Amino acid sequence: MAFPHRPDAPELPDFSMLKRLARDQLIYLLEQLPGKKDLFIEADLMSPLDRIANVSILKQHEVDKLYKVENKPALSSNEQLCFLVRPRIKNMRYIASLVNSDKLAGRTRKYKVIFSPQKFYACEMVLEEEGIYGDVSCDEWAFSLLPLDVDLLSMELPEFFRDYFLEGDQRWINTVAQALHLLSTLYGPFPNCYGIGRCAKMAYELWRNLEEEEDGETKGRRPEIGHIFLLDRDVDFVTALCSQVVYEGLVDDTFRIKCGSVDFGPEVTSSDKSLKVLLNAEDKVFNEIRNEHFSNVFGFLSQKARNLQAQYDRRRGMDIKQMKNFVSQELKGLKQEHRLLSLHIGACESIMKKKTKQDFQELIKTEHALLEGFNIRESTSYIEEHIDRQVSPIESLRLMCLLSITENGDARCSLDTHYGPEHLLTFSNLRRAGLLTEQAPGDTLTAVESKVSKLVTDKAAGKITDAFSSLAKRSNFRAISKKLNLIPRVDGEYDLKVPRDMAYVFSGAYVPLSCRIIEQVLERRSWQGLDEVVRLLNCSDFAFTDMTKEDKASSESLRLILVVFLGGCTFSEISALRFLGREKGKREFIFLTTAVTNSARLMEAMSEVKA
Amino acid sequence: TTGLIVFFQSGRPLGAGVRLGLGLRMNRTKGDEEEYWNSSKFKAFTFDDEDDELSQLKESKRAVNSLRDFVDDDDDDDLERVSWSGEPVGSISWSIRETAGNSGSTHEGREQLKSRNSFSSYAQLPKPTSTYSLSSFFRGKERSAYSFSALSDTPAKSYAPELGRPKGEYRDYSNDWSPSDTVRRLRKGKVCSLERFRSLQDKLQLLEEAVSMHDGNVITAVLIFLKRTLSKEILFRELEVRQVALRHLIHFLKEIGDQKLLLDLFRFLDRTEELALSHYREHLNIQDPDKRKEFLKTCVGLPFSAEDSAHIQDHYTLLERQIIIEANDRHLESAGQTEIFRKHPRKASILNMPLVTTLFYSCFYHYTEAEGTFSSPINLKKTFKIPDKQYVLTALAARAKLRAWNDVDALFTTKNWLGYTKKRAPIGFHRVVEILHKNNAPVQILQEYVNLVEDVDTKLNLATKFKCHDVVIDTYRDLKDRQQLLAYRSKVDKGSAEEEKIDALLSSSQIRWKN
Repeated sequence: MAFPHRPDAPELPDFSMLKRLARDQLIYLLEQLPGKKDLFIEADLMSPLDRIANVSILKQHEVDKLYKVENKPALSSNEQLCFLVRPRIKNMRYIASLVNSDKLAGRTRKYKVIFSPQKFYACEMVLEEEGIYGDVSCDEWAFSLLPLDVDLLSMELPEFFRDYFLEGDQRWINTVAQALHLLSTLYGPFPNCYGIGRCAKMAYELWRNLEEEEDGETKGRRPEIGHIFLLDRDVDFVTALCSQVVYEGLVDDTFRIKCGSVDFGPEVTSSDKSLKVLLNAEDKVFNEIRNEHFSNVFGFLSQKARNLQAQYDRRRGMDIKQMKNFVSQELKGLKQEHRLLSLHIGACESIMKKKTKQDFQELIKTEHALLEGFNIRESTSYIEEHIDRQVSPIESLRLMCLLSITENGDARCSLDTHYGPEHLLTFSNLRRAGLLTEQAPGDTLTAVESKVSKLVTDKAAGKITDAFSSLAKRSNFRAISKKLNLIPRVDGEYDLKVPRDMAYVFSGAYVPLSCRIIEQVLERRSWQGLDEVVRLLNCSDFAFTDMTKEDKASSESLRLILVVFLGGCTFSEISALRFLGREKGKREFIFLTTAVTNSARLMEAMSEVKA
Repeated sequence: TTGLIVFFQSGRPLGAGVRLGLGLRMNRTKGDEEEYWNSSKFKAFTFDDEDDELSQLKESKRAVNSLRDFVDDDDDDDLERVSWSGEPVGSISWSIRETAGNSGSTHEGREQLKSRNSFSSYAQLPKPTSTYSLSSFFRGKERSAYSFSALSDTPAKSYAPELGRPKGEYRDYSNDWSPSDTVRRLRKGKVCSLERFRSLQDKLQLLEEAVSMHDGNVITAVLIFLKRTLSKEILFRELEVRQVALRHLIHFLKEIGDQKLLLDLFRFLDRTEELALSHYREHLNIQDPDKRKEFLKTCVGLPFSAEDSAHIQDHYTLLERQIIIEANDRHLESAGQTEIFRKHPRKASILNMPLVTTLFYSCFYHYTEAEGTFSSPINLKKTFKIPDKQYVLTALAARAKLRAWNDVDALFTTKNWLGYTKKRAPIGFHRVVEILHKNNAPVQILQEYVNLVEDVDTKLNLATKFKCHDVVIDTYRDLKDRQQLLAYRSKVDKGSAEEEKIDALLSSSQIRWKN
């Protein structure tokens, strides 16, 4: 089931221009501080920056030395300091301490802070409070769309998830709207818009406002991408909580793919060094196995190994001329393939070892039971045992959340005994974000709600209920699952080699909810007939469609769909939609996510650490 | 563009290479695949099937490795240079590490950087090509290389970074902006004075405009202004009925660390549990154990939920215990008189560890102590009401790690009133076997516990998995399963005692085989 190139597939827009745009803008900003300067870069920005620029480009623009922003005094002796940071309070405090100690020492330097992707007023407030407002100049580097692959754009903002879904802070919504605005300026307007979720709706409205204000920019442009679909992560937590079994997802779960590349340790490279490997469509071997169920990967790799062997074997019995041809024309490609093949075989081996050790089979069985809603007692005792055995706190938390959401009840066990009492705070966070649901929130909630509504006299009244519903919402997973047929009925074995539906990304046990919603809406070109599902998702006010006249949209563009995941998407979802695009009428999905996520990252985002 | 895997290469455009790659891709035909599946011994896939899967992988690996001699002659021709840490030389992450390493000797460091950089194989940036060529005027559907100018052939103005003055320098001295204009200007990042919004009504209207625009950054900006210009009672009162704004204020206070105002706010809102949790959260920032303990004491009476209250109490008691144990054990360890600390020096302090870790620690170092001491496992079990299962699991793991098999034995031995001993495990003997195996218990010990597994299938599985040959052989004998015994013969070593035992059984005339 490798994904061969389909001659009938629509051509993807060229996203490499986003990289060049970001690079040019950065260069422009660096030139705003003429002369030699040292550049301090925030750790989280290093990998994204590495994907669009390199040291020699920075040197060309008179960057002398590079430092990481960390809580240490700066040793730089340069007369000009430039800081490239995320808009975070702790970065402002760091810069302030640096500038203030310079002041104390009677030293004058030039300072420039470049915020990426934008600055926040709270940051400026700190600069003002620390008495350095005016001593530093501030700028914004609107680098918010990093093409990680031909069909995947990431905003590289993992904090979006916690900021919005836990704290209710809408600071990144403008960033999303700006990013969408940029896309429509470069690739034309989107004739068909769909969305679900409170954040999705707000981002959409803000984006529309932007377009109206800067009227004319996209007018007259031919749309390149026919559809856009915005989706909040909290519409579907279940999918993100599941263990991944397609290759790319499994690699992410096991080794953590960071900004499109992965660190393969010595156990994978079978040498004494680690390798940083870029994982994308340019890796031919990877590209053919990334969307495959893990069980197919072995077969594919051994087939590939055999083919490779055969190709090398051909050189026996060649005469000099043929040999010369072989060396000049084929050898390089074969060597490349060889290198990739041994890397991915090493990765598979390492995954197998790790997963066997942690009883992965049992784990998957339990997850499937939870998704299907049978043997709940057995699953519960499995999870309890998992906790007792102190396997890993993150894993246990994840299973509890999965149990709680699928069963719509609070599944809290005595986890804090086992993993340290700070988990008290984690639990409180999980509940606030709706990852752990309460057994009977209904009554208490309505009581508070009605109390508050009585106090309200202004027009914001309607909004309050919204705020509350996301605070403690009931999960209706079982009912939704039934309505949308998320658990495929299978007679006999589900053939993972020839998948029949998107469920293959979870071994045929479950169709990802997020992807099913997208499929259904695109099929209907509206939410019609999905009212009940939308209601069960607590999204009655937040499901929207917006169609413009399609006279300018080519049929080619209508086969391209941009899916925007607010709060992160998983590689399993990406694989599932890539499959859907191929199966259902020669479509191609493009992904825009605030960050690539997985279950571990979701759980980690909810834990509380010292300030 | 054959460089398909690119270790952190950033200069090359993605699109072209990929499309080329797709075009060239080898297609697996249906036939190939079928043949492979039929010829391989591949069965249903499970993660348990370690042997089969790994051998398949190993086979592929061998095939690939056998080519290595031929391939590895010149490693670097099509790849980036990679430094010892795996970072490509010339990458930004690499360079930062270099600066950090060389930060003492500035000049040298710079020279080093320069020279390293000179051989880094980064491809130069493609020069922006001019699009004012003839072809660009006749551009149809396909897109030529992007540059700023390329976009300007669209009727609208080009999208480029605002190449004028940085946004921060736009200042607005006009005082006539309406609330909605003001909010819109704020969203664009322009500096905009809010001082003219002095009446409460104006302030609230400003806040509402911000909320209805959805931009959290602007909402926070207005809140910063309100916080400065309103008394906290008025601010809190107005926010109580504006939940979106309220949540922004709470997050803002958390971020800037204004704990005092945050607690005041929770108190005003009567959110007692959040107040308690928020207070409790502060302990994370206290390093000194005694101070932390004292702080936790102040948390004990706070209005947590009933369940949480118990945990807070436990947290306090646990830290109190840990401080006593830590002082005592540190002393014992440094005195060097106690065998267990000499043989197994402590890897870390026990302070601030979770309860179960503390229990493990006490089972490891203080197993035989009487119940009266704070460090004894039994005392911990009682004080914190640790369930039996959990206790047994932890004690088993600790004693097995020390290879104290007698203790393990005692853990599962119960005497009835007649004085007969019986083996009982609250966690099931299959779990016991697994834990023992993880701790490298010898086969004799494993065997003993495998034999205690009641379910025959589970027993056989475990015995086979852990190579407890005697158990497997005896079980097949008891099942009178000649075929299975015969099959198992091939799995034991040639000429071993096990093989002899099987042969003796197979030739025995005493057994009435069922097959």
